[in-house]
Amino acid sequence: MKNYMFDVAIIGAGVSGCAVARELSKYKLNIAVLEKNEDVCTGTSKANSGIVHAGFDAEPDSLMAKLNVKGNEMMDKFSKDLDFDFQRIGSLVVCNSQDNTEILYQLKEQGEKNGVKGLRILNREELFSLEPNLADDSHLALFAPSGGIVCPFSFNIALAENAFENGVQFFFDSPVDAVSKDENGYVIKSKDKIFSAKCVVNAAGVYADVIHNMVSDEKIEIIPRKGEYMLLDKSENGYVNHTVFTLPNNFGKGVLVSPTAHGNILVGPTANDIDDKEYTDTTSDGLQEVREKANAMMKNLPLNKVITSFAGLRAHEKRHDFRIEEVKDAPFFFDCAAIESPGLSSALAIGEYLCNMICEKLNPEKKDNFISKRKGILNPFTLSKEEFSALVKEKPEYGKVVCRCESITEGQIIDAIKRPLGARTIDGIKRRTRAGMGRCQSGFCLPRTLEILAQETGMDITEITKCGENSEFLQE
Amino acid sequence: MDKEFDIVIIGGGPAGLAAAVSAYDEGEKNIVIIERSEQLGGILNQCIHNGFGLHTFKEELTGPEYAARFEDEVKKRNIECLLNTMVLDISSDKIVTAINKDDGMFSIKAKTVVLCMGCRERPRGALNIPGARPAGVYSAGTAQKLINISGMKIGKEIVILGSGDIGLIMARRLTLEGAKVKAVVELMPYSGGLKRNIVQCLDDYSIPLLLSHTITKINGKHRIKSVIVSEVDENRRPIKGTETEYKCDTLLLSVGLLPENELSKKAGVNINNVTGGPVVTQDFETNIEGVFACGNVLHVHDLVDFVSEEASDAGKNAALYVKNSDKKKGKTVIVKAENGVRYVVPNTIDTNFEEDIKLRFRVDNIYKNVYIKVTMGDKELIKRKKMIVAPGEMETLVLKKEMLSDSDNIDNIIVSLER
Repeated sequence: MKNYMFDVAIIGAGVSGCAVARELSKYKLNIAVLEKNEDVCTGTSKANSGIVHAGFDAEPDSLMAKLNVKGNEMMDKFSKDLDFDFQRIGSLVVCNSQDNTEILYQLKEQGEKNGVKGLRILNREELFSLEPNLADDSHLALFAPSGGIVCPFSFNIALAENAFENGVQFFFDSPVDAVSKDENGYVIKSKDKIFSAKCVVNAAGVYADVIHNMVSDEKIEIIPRKGEYMLLDKSENGYVNHTVFTLPNNFGKGVLVSPTAHGNILVGPTANDIDDKEYTDTTSDGLQEVREKANAMMKNLPLNKVITSFAGLRAHEKRHDFRIEEVKDAPFFFDCAAIESPGLSSALAIGEYLCNMICEKLNPEKKDNFISKRKGILNPFTLSKEEFSALVKEKPEYGKVVCRCESITEGQIIDAIKRPLGARTIDGIKRRTRAGMGRCQSGFCLPRTLEILAQETGMDITEITKCGENSEFLQE
Repeated sequence: MDKEFDIVIIGGGPAGLAAAVSAYDEGEKNIVIIERSEQLGGILNQCIHNGFGLHTFKEELTGPEYAARFEDEVKKRNIECLLNTMVLDISSDKIVTAINKDDGMFSIKAKTVVLCMGCRERPRGALNIPGARPAGVYSAGTAQKLINISGMKIGKEIVILGSGDIGLIMARRLTLEGAKVKAVVELMPYSGGLKRNIVQCLDDYSIPLLLSHTITKINGKHRIKSVIVSEVDENRRPIKGTETEYKCDTLLLSVGLLPENELSKKAGVNINNVTGGPVVTQDFETNIEGVFACGNVLHVHDLVDFVSEEASDAGKNAALYVKNSDKKKGKTVIVKAENGVRYVVPNTIDTNFEEDIKLRFRVDNIYKNVYIKVTMGDKELIKRKKMIVAPGEMETLVLKKEMLSDSDNIDNIIVSLER
């Protein structure tokens, strides 16, 4: 058994956990992030719509409403400071039949109460001038100019890398087996490690109920709510320019059709409550539902250009609000639970909100050497011809494209491996660089990416995995 | 470092090599081949099985041997080759922008460009197979590269979806490597591969070919554990109740090849929706003057021999274009595919031609005892009886100048089947 002592232990390296870690890293605190999987951004944070919602969906005065609007506002500065992909493209909630218009006006009113700026109702003509490919019976829409899209991977990874640079320690492959109270705070058992921490943050996504229930008599239940998606080829870029939603229903915001931060088109999600917290399989019924709903919203949707489909699990709780609070019967234990949509949109505000709560309890001193900015992986194709050639002269690895579909060079892949909290798996490289995320879905680049990862880490090529233990590609 | 060449050939696979040799032999020697990988030969390098070259060299060669024959010809002629060089862009005025480790980013001004980028495999995502997304799912070509080039073992228990030629070849290859290939699953009621590959790669090793079946689910969170195979009805929809689980640690996909025309599209080349390749004249010229296309980037071929043959013609025409770019045009007729014929290359014919024109096409189903026909208005130009035609095999007909002698009032030539 190995023993570790920390001021704060954060359970979960998803976007919420990493946002809290990054905020807390401004203070003189010893912080650990414990992650059950092999990398950051492997659960709910990796498989979602990548949408930064404007904030009109949530009930006024809910934590969701407050943190969504706040989190949305924070994205411009943070995306620049931490160098991740974010674009404020605006969103539309589109009505397809006369009956629904009342709900649209209610949404607008609700949004205004929540503090969403610039909401406007668009008539048919205005609507079609923005989105000519909407279904012909679309006739009214709520336009939210502050809606945006973010690359969920680079967002999560940026927060984690910056937290790491500011001293936060990350422990991967470290599932929490038990949490118990002692006189100094909490003791967390994880395989062969024991962590003692004054303060614990439970940001365990769909497992947040399990962790919460280890320390509290007031039991909670997190229901995995599965969402299935289809992703279309970049060749269809321009088919849709805003995030287009249908009217919300009891299961959330309905299906959306949206550009992604990288120029693909995303269609989905479904919303089905399931029991299994690991069951991220897509289903033929789910994909069919996505197809039918999206086809009802749009015309000539190029579903023959699907390059992949995937599913993610939202961490849903019946009362449907974020549960971000100190647990009543467990002082110094903070839930960051039930972070379902708009969790990604709210992440920065969640980080700040929780950080403030924790600071009130721990009264830490601010660091004077906090590093507030982080540089992402350089995309050499954003350089001018001369700058590119100068870069290649210095670092020839940028002159060799490995992933043809996404134009990712050896230089970017090596950077992804070598940088702080660098990639150790093929999925890790994919999420950091986009190598393998294009239309051929790693058919061409996988053999070379395997070689580079082996070469840069000193691992044997047969040890290299897709996403951690038991996902090896090659055999001896 | 910016350069000028008369003929810029994009891609150093079989099409690019043959195009370069014939362009050179036509007298245009200022040629460059741009190849993104570290060696010439393209996908032939990983095709270590034999069966190549029966038409071209009248002998059976392996892929690397076949490639070497053409590489030798290229070397003999001292044709310049830029290896490890990736073309990023071709502009409509034929400025080619590329990168490599030595020169960074540079431009080449070309008088003519020959597109020889080949094709790529259709990935799993395009099929929307439901289930998990584990390691161990490879396209057949990726598996071929890992085994034949990297010398790795990919798995022990294999299921293959799709009976395209690469899948069939890999069924045999994996069996020879000691793996157990449990089944080749084909959605259609017939194989998309060559008959000889069915016999030599499946039948000879007793590997079952499940026609009218598909994979309806992939299981295994980390590494693939099994697939669910279902029978499909005549509309290719899975039939409930026919699900069978096949345990496996590897799934290969051989479900079609797609011409790789991202560069062509950026340049403004018109693409044929059926082939996925450029629309071309009988000279293999695209809608952009001086930009030619041949090989698998134009339409997916069954045999490399036919790629070489087609590319030789295209290379020669590119050289003729450089010599005399304002050559006289006659009347243009459109070549149409109808009634059982999926597509025909070329798409247009200029009636002012001298040498025979090869019409290359594929049918859309298996047909027995049919006539393949070429008609122009009421006139039957060619009619040939075939015992069997199949989608997996490319057909060729030769059009002679005299056949089009009275084409003045005609706009179309139609290639079709008559049952």
